[in-house]
Amino acid sequence: MDTIYSINGPVVKVKNSRTFSMQEMVYVGKKRLIGEVIRVTEEFTTIQVYEGTTGLMPGESVEGTGSAMSATLGPGILDNIFDGIQRPLKKLEELSGAFIADGANVPSVDTQKKYSCTITVNVGDRLSAGDIYCTCPETQLITHKCMLSPLSKGGEVIWRAPDGEYKVSDTVVKIKTDSGEQQELTLCQKWPIRTPRPCKQRLPGTRPLITGQRIIDTVLPIAKGGTAAIPGGFGTGKTMTQHQLAKWCDADIIVYIGCGERGNEMTQVLEEFSELIDPHTQRPLTDRTVLIANTSNMPVAAREASIYTGITLAEYYRDMGYHIAIMADSTSRWAEALREISGRLEEMPAEEGFPAYLPSRISEFYERAGYVENLNGSEGSVTIIGAVSPQGSDFSEPVTQNTKRFVRCFWALDKSLAYARHYPAINWNSSYSEYVGDLEKFYTENVNENFMNVRQQISSILVEENTLMEIVKLMGTDVLPDDQKLLIETARIVRVGFLQQNAYHKDDTYVPLEKQYLMMKTIVDFYTLAQKALSDGVLYDSILKTGWSDKIIKIKYDIPNDRPEMFGEYEKQMAADFEKLTEVA
Amino acid sequence: MELKYVGLSEINGPLVVLDGVKDVAFDEIAQIDLSDGTRRLARVVEVSQDKAVLQVFEGTKGLSLTNTTTKFSGKPMELGLSKEMLGRIFSGSGRPIDGLGDIAPDKFKDINGSPLNPVSRTYPRNYINTGISSIDALMTLIRGQKLPIFSGSGLSHNKLAVQIARQAKIADDNGQGFGIVFGAMGVKNDVADYFKRSFEESGALERVAMFINLSNDPIIERILTPRCALTCAEYLAFEHNMHILVILTDMTSYAEACREFSSSKGEIPGRKGYPGYLYSDLASIYERAGIVKGSTGSVTQIPILTMPNDDITHPVPDLTGYITEGQIVMDRHLEQTGTYPAVAVLPSLSRLMKDGIGEGYTREDHSMCANQLFAAYSKVQDARALASVIGEEELSEGDKAYMRFGKLFEEHFINQGFDVNRSIEETLDLGWSLLSTLPKAELDRVDDEHLSKFYDPDKAKTLFGE
Repeated sequence: MDTIYSINGPVVKVKNSRTFSMQEMVYVGKKRLIGEVIRVTEEFTTIQVYEGTTGLMPGESVEGTGSAMSATLGPGILDNIFDGIQRPLKKLEELSGAFIADGANVPSVDTQKKYSCTITVNVGDRLSAGDIYCTCPETQLITHKCMLSPLSKGGEVIWRAPDGEYKVSDTVVKIKTDSGEQQELTLCQKWPIRTPRPCKQRLPGTRPLITGQRIIDTVLPIAKGGTAAIPGGFGTGKTMTQHQLAKWCDADIIVYIGCGERGNEMTQVLEEFSELIDPHTQRPLTDRTVLIANTSNMPVAAREASIYTGITLAEYYRDMGYHIAIMADSTSRWAEALREISGRLEEMPAEEGFPAYLPSRISEFYERAGYVENLNGSEGSVTIIGAVSPQGSDFSEPVTQNTKRFVRCFWALDKSLAYARHYPAINWNSSYSEYVGDLEKFYTENVNENFMNVRQQISSILVEENTLMEIVKLMGTDVLPDDQKLLIETARIVRVGFLQQNAYHKDDTYVPLEKQYLMMKTIVDFYTLAQKALSDGVLYDSILKTGWSDKIIKIKYDIPNDRPEMFGEYEKQMAADFEKLTEVA
Repeated sequence: MELKYVGLSEINGPLVVLDGVKDVAFDEIAQIDLSDGTRRLARVVEVSQDKAVLQVFEGTKGLSLTNTTTKFSGKPMELGLSKEMLGRIFSGSGRPIDGLGDIAPDKFKDINGSPLNPVSRTYPRNYINTGISSIDALMTLIRGQKLPIFSGSGLSHNKLAVQIARQAKIADDNGQGFGIVFGAMGVKNDVADYFKRSFEESGALERVAMFINLSNDPIIERILTPRCALTCAEYLAFEHNMHILVILTDMTSYAEACREFSSSKGEIPGRKGYPGYLYSDLASIYERAGIVKGSTGSVTQIPILTMPNDDITHPVPDLTGYITEGQIVMDRHLEQTGTYPAVAVLPSLSRLMKDGIGEGYTREDHSMCANQLFAAYSKVQDARALASVIGEEELSEGDKAYMRFGKLFEEHFINQGFDVNRSIEETLDLGWSLLSTLPKAELDRVDDEHLSKFYDPDKAKTLFGE
């Protein structure tokens, strides 16, 4: 029997053992704490323990499980909240009360609940890896599809259970492989969390993830299967932005990873999501949500694992043909967990104490996103939106810099915008999206052929304002010529009336693409009309006096989302008002 | 039979090493008896088959390799708890030091606590009325929140903490117990005295439990102080259903103690020499605030930290800001102009505020008023920056209005005496009056309905003059 030799925080060593393999899951000590082998040498096997090690003694036993750290994949994942190593927190509460005790061993999914299953194969059918053999409604929203493990060589169905109510561990199909082996298929399977689930091929992402947030959908869009980072110092609204995206984006399933964040925030997500109704399906948001919570005071090693657990669950649903969005809040805590474990292993640190393999770990994570054709021929996607919490709000620190290299969308949150309570505080000058070109076709075909043109004009107004602001900061606006004053005013309309969005207003919290387009168009129309009026000799002050700038700013509240036809009236009224101005002049 | 180990094999800073030990658990507590009859407590920080590394709470001064006997207790550090702890003063490791004798504990608990299951938390929604306008209106304190004060040396953070502790009222106080747990880590003797005296003067001493580790006390004890204080707070809140306000000062000294300990252990340092796990370590303190489902009590934390060199990006305030639910930032410039409390409004924030204000909690116009005050005050900063370049005379009318608003806002809203206790209605009305000094068109965060109800330039004129 292998026994513990030494303990240092979450790192436990076993001496002179040759039985363990890398990344094998092990049970440590009398309490059977869950751990993972992270280093094997001639003399020592090093294990990181996913739970508190207080009270552990040298000499207690260490028991290998023979398999890598795996997630249990099957019905019962949705509408659930897990810790970093996929233990259901609601079950843990029943077991040990409000405070989490160590060594609780609970199955990840409810083994007693029965699902009404439809077996989709018949005796004699051939199944290959990834093929669906059984479906059942997991929540009212999502049909769960049980698939043959991607590692399986496939085989012929020799027995199937009749359709009916089954538990997760019940055998529903038996197959015989080519080598003559019999395999029993249940509703669930295991998958090692650190290995990406395979797909047939990657497809280019050409459909946007529609979020209803104006600055994202129009200025800095993200494709389904894309990657985005949201860096920002504390108090700039990272979590708020993540919550808004999780609530409103048009993914089928949301995996929300609270990685080293506040306990109250997870509680808030739990409470709020069960009350909120999904606008696309009219069901509570929890029906399509999985939460993974490793709050900042939970064991640090599980924090490192939580990211992988989350993405494995997402890939599993992707294989069924769903579109998944992962919110990882925050990847910096995950990187810090890496640093902490690395420090305990006395590895040679690179930048700021982070281990040298930080960039490769970050890229491995983001590379698991993508729009793919699955093994079973369906199409699905995993979109990753990771929050980054830079130390000291300094974007040059290693986690932000390395993340920037591997994501294609960068939504930089800005302290001064947050201080002015301009939300979402995404700075349009320092952020970028590389997906604009890929998504051009979608917007042109599905929203309006003029969409990209209008978007470009809005961007130019913001860019020009940025250049002018340097002068304004030095001399004030009074010294500018009228046409530049107009530009500054129009940019203000864009900022306050368009980019700024009120998450607490019933209409403004989610805005359909069509209204977004019409809002932009109204602003561009105003700018064109006003420019023309100026050149016709109308005074800048009389343009201001028409009150149109404030009227456009209030459009977000005044025109309900379901009444886009009202924009026509605005357009007519505005044209008429400006005509009057020109006549007077 | 109890095993005792004679002598030590190594002493290094606060750490001692024992060889040839058996059955020692990670994190357990040991007693070290010196040959002169004194006793010290130590904790196991690293253990292997035949060797244990211990940190000695009271320091290693006077220890030699031969003059000690060590006994392991078999338990992690536990604190004896009782309701009698209110009104008493303890050392950083939980020993009574007020000369009133030991307490009769009704329960023992591991001072490290356990993480609270997010499923078992109740999301905090009820606000605490502190009677301080800037806090109540703009960064409302919510029951169960952790809201630190970021300050600097020489600023009046202690005074502010005392005022909060004295005036704090819970909105729907139904006669339920309200208590204060005060943890002082590495503070100067006069600071500890100041708090004690202030609690005495306001007659609050019998509902305060104090845990005091002075700046010349051993650093290892400093690491225990907040944990003892929070264990006591959790006990009172969740077993006796009291509302507990925990004031911890000064978290920077605490973090420095962690650094000292970490470097003597030979760990690889992270930023500015602080250990790489400082985030997790601070989180294990701050996260012990909240409300547990099924209990009517709550733990609210106000940690105070001094930012070295007033630098908010220093690791301690930085990591703290990422864990806590907002922050109250003190401003040296305001303090110098005689403003009390010198709260820097713009960088301050309460994350839980949005769900704990408005109708049913404070007043329905609260969030609109707060938003507009923030937006207006941030424009004041732009106007001031411009004025410092081109001179105040050259500013446009709009900017001049903001300059004036800024001045009035600081003088009448932020500035408030130590003894002034404003109700939330007074605070919000004052806010609207200040906003009414601005042109109506500038108030773009307020809808028309509220604007017609609260925008009153005439009242503003009578209050503040032309």
